[in-house]
Amino acid sequence: MAKLKSNYETSAWARFLRWMKGGGSGLDRSMIRSLGEEALPSQRSESEHLAIERAREEREKQDLERERLIQERLHAWSRSRGSRLVNALYRLSAIVVCIAIIYVLLSSVSELPPFGRAENPVNNEVSARYIEDGLAETGSVNIVGGMILDYRAFDTLGESHVLFVAACAVVLLLRINLDKDGRPTREKLDAEADDRKYEPHNDVILQKISNLIVPCLLLFGIYVVLNGHLSAGGGFSGGAIMGAALILYVNAHGLTKAGQHRLFSYRVYKALTFCALAFYALAKSYSFFMGANHLDSHIPLGTPGRILSAGLILPLNIAVGIVVAWTMYSFYTLFRKGDF
Amino acid sequence: MELLGLLLLAFILICALAVCLTRNLMVSIIILMSQSLAMSVVWILLESPDLAITEAAVGAGVTSLLFFVTLKKIHAIEGENKDGKAEK
Repeated sequence: MAKLKSNYETSAWARFLRWMKGGGSGLDRSMIRSLGEEALPSQRSESEHLAIERAREEREKQDLERERLIQERLHAWSRSRGSRLVNALYRLSAIVVCIAIIYVLLSSVSELPPFGRAENPVNNEVSARYIEDGLAETGSVNIVGGMILDYRAFDTLGESHVLFVAACAVVLLLRINLDKDGRPTREKLDAEADDRKYEPHNDVILQKISNLIVPCLLLFGIYVVLNGHLSAGGGFSGGAIMGAALILYVNAHGLTKAGQHRLFSYRVYKALTFCALAFYALAKSYSFFMGANHLDSHIPLGTPGRILSAGLILPLNIAVGIVVAWTMYSFYTLFRKGDF
Repeated sequence: MELLGLLLLAFILICALAVCLTRNLMVSIIILMSQSLAMSVVWILLESPDLAITEAAVGAGVTSLLFFVTLKKIHAIEGENKDGKAEK
């Protein structure tokens, strides 16, 4: 950390910042605060405390002064002739870029073949094969389901991982961690206090309606997931419906009530998503390996039209549905209070 | 059917323009929601009900909710008091 900081202070960017601030120390406010807090021992005497407080006040006064200087510079600059020129150029370039993009898009659309004609290049031997042999090869009545979870299953694996990476990024950015010794930090307590404003205030209409709707929505989501190989839909659509239903429940009854369910904790989320994605990757690697080497994969295709058919498509749908539903829910809670 | 499709497409275009041009962020999110709903009907007309389900759940539901939560967090929804309490 110390080495990093010294590197930072000598870097060009830090010097640029210092110049921007009119010859300050080059540390921004948060860094100064963190430095001050690092230096604080947990046990401190009264006089030390006072001195630190005074130093902090001094620093904040300096910061305010610096901000005022920057504002003045900005003001002076915005009145100068250069700024007007830049503004005019900016508007002109915006108009030019807009017109160029509109031209490119419209010209490429006009080159496209008309929608739904039989001799379009889309209707080649690939789609013909999917439509003719799809049922026999994948066992899935829903051709789309058979396509995305059998022929193009690696594609769907990538999509689930995109969602997983997005969830990781949201967790990295928004999750407020506990202290090192497991106690909640001040930041976390602040976030929880702030979150109380978002809790519903016993809205009877909303609660009754959500009591009626949420079970139906959840059931419909489960139906869409489980029926992915028989009718329209699949893991992603069903998972999205379930996630929306969970968010509706949280909105009506509050996070404190939903948080009592063990299923919606961070640990369960981690375990479930990892298991689902790992199962997907393993199952699909297995079937790709066997299929690519013309081996018998021992996965029965079953009778088309039955719920237990179509080989791996049903379990893969369930895995994708679990990932999507929990990710939607975790997005909502992370956006709201940085934890769940 | 043709007429319905054309009407929906015109509605989507108008919505897309209105989202850019409204000043109130809350209103533009609601317009975005309605645009998503019209889009999901268009998906049904194009015979892809699975996309319609996803569009309705994600586009109209979850995305707008995330927008609402974020706007409320940064106190950008108009009609709020200065101390951050929402007006009923």
